[in-house]
Amino acid sequence: MQIKSKFIRFCIDVLVLTALFILVQYFITTGLLDQYYQINLASMCINIILAVSLNLINGFTGQLSLGHAGFMAVGAYASVVMTQMLGQPFIVGLIVACLAAALGGFIIGVPTLRLRGDYLAIATLALGEIIRVTLQNIDYVNGPAGILGITKMTTWPWLFGATVFTVLVVVNLINSSYGRAIISVREDEVASELMGINTTKYKVMAFVIGAMLAGLAGAMYAHFFYIIKPDTFNFMKSFDILVMVVLGGLGSTTGAIIAALFITALTAVLQSFPAIRMILYALILIIVMIYRPQGLMGNKELSRQIFGRIWGGRK
Amino acid sequence: MLEFIQQLVNGLSLGAIYALIALGYTMVYGIIKLINFAHGDIMMVGGFVGFFSLTVFKTNIVVAMIAAMLTCAILGILIEKVAYRPLRNSTRIAALITAIGVSFFLEYVTIFLLGPSQRVFPDTAFPIKAYNIAGLSILNKDVFVVVSAVVLMLILQYIIKWTKTGKAMRAVSLDQEAAVLMGISVDKTISITFAIGSALAAAAGVMYGVYYSTVNPLMGIIPGLKAFVAAVLGGIGIIPGAMVGGFVMGLLETMVSGYGNSLYRDAVAFGVLILILLIKPTGLFGRDTGEKV
Repeated sequence: MQIKSKFIRFCIDVLVLTALFILVQYFITTGLLDQYYQINLASMCINIILAVSLNLINGFTGQLSLGHAGFMAVGAYASVVMTQMLGQPFIVGLIVACLAAALGGFIIGVPTLRLRGDYLAIATLALGEIIRVTLQNIDYVNGPAGILGITKMTTWPWLFGATVFTVLVVVNLINSSYGRAIISVREDEVASELMGINTTKYKVMAFVIGAMLAGLAGAMYAHFFYIIKPDTFNFMKSFDILVMVVLGGLGSTTGAIIAALFITALTAVLQSFPAIRMILYALILIIVMIYRPQGLMGNKELSRQIFGRIWGGRK
Repeated sequence: MLEFIQQLVNGLSLGAIYALIALGYTMVYGIIKLINFAHGDIMMVGGFVGFFSLTVFKTNIVVAMIAAMLTCAILGILIEKVAYRPLRNSTRIAALITAIGVSFFLEYVTIFLLGPSQRVFPDTAFPIKAYNIAGLSILNKDVFVVVSAVVLMLILQYIIKWTKTGKAMRAVSLDQEAAVLMGISVDKTISITFAIGSALAAAAGVMYGVYYSTVNPLMGIIPGLKAFVAAVLGGIGIIPGAMVGGFVMGLLETMVSGYGNSLYRDAVAFGVLILILLIKPTGLFGRDTGEKV
């Protein structure tokens, strides 16, 4: 019975996602979604990937990282080098982007995750900046000027696939025994160590997976917006992602998704008033932290049960 | 050799500016264990107040500096009251995120009000003169920066070591609860700490403006981060540490731009931070305190 209802729920999920995919694809092919909306659609997907992956590090593991844009940069550059300079297909670029960012996450994570709280935040911020400055000084990728005229390879199926992949990875990880270990690290590091959990291992694991997904987002970004340069991935970008995670709730995947959608839409609406947008971001950070430090969703998830309760039908 | 000493002289004034900013970081951290991310932006506000005082009101540089320090002292108290005080008992991460928010707020409100472009100090505001001493060229702005920084640091030392307020500040940073029991008003002491720290940052902002002869709304970010590195280098929470750390960072930066690749200038500062955090997170002057469970 249990297995059967689980299977049915799985089927419903697949159906809903397929329907969503086909619907958007239909709108794009018929031209109902013009270029402007397509750009925002891509930004939404990329931001969802970034927010969900940063939420794994900041929200679920409780390790405040401010260098997420650095991993995005690694992924973007790795994939562009693969597809543009070495002539590989897009999928190879994506895989290499993930691997490169994961490797970067590992190299950075192992030494810095020994640090705690605000020290870790500053160290990751510094490392993100070091990645950016290093990219500026590599002539092979044109230094500060960046790479222009990247072939557009990121299409809706890729974006959709990558977003679903990210959410699946994070949700399944959190629902596994690994995930419980990761959450225990957030709740009380000393206590979980006493329970025999290798806290360093789980922190690094979450960090590496988060970095890998950020790399994926970077690759998507690079092959959608034609141009990448080191300055795109400065710490302001990391803060953008942080705003989404904080707003959505530290430790809520659905919260991160909703916040990513909301912030992207807000950005699009306020396109011509960048200063007001940033002031709003700032106020969101301050007000959310003062009045609801766990974020809008806290660590709750928007689930079928809640929908069920709203519609009054299913249990 | 002469070139090396010249670099040293240049680094000294930059170091003095970093040291002043680092002092504010370290004082605030010492008292409420918060990395005040907005500190660099308070410095920026100070720079702007100094700029307008010099150009619009045609005051001299000393008056401009005092005006900037007063404005920013009030600003610091306000920020603490509105943004940080409600969070005093919440997690440090929440406080840090709020500080990032305050930093954004100051930057973009300035951009909103004054526009994003940078403003250049007119030559008449602070005429540059060069003195030639034993083959070294020493600019009057270097002298101005170093002398006023040293004066401010001496005043700070006096306040902290010899006045009742200073004693209260030391007591609160040592043990907040015990300080309350001794009849010290913690809120008032923290306000004063913010005021002093912000005033020092404002002075640094005016100096930075005079030194590079420009001000812009985002100018606080990088010096702020570097001063933070300086504070960590000296041992965060330790006042002499911040001074030494500031000078070390200034000298290091000038040496890297002088002898190496200036593009790596910022990376070196962050590299230093990573190294300290990994090797001796308590900083040069810090003592190791074991972790209590």
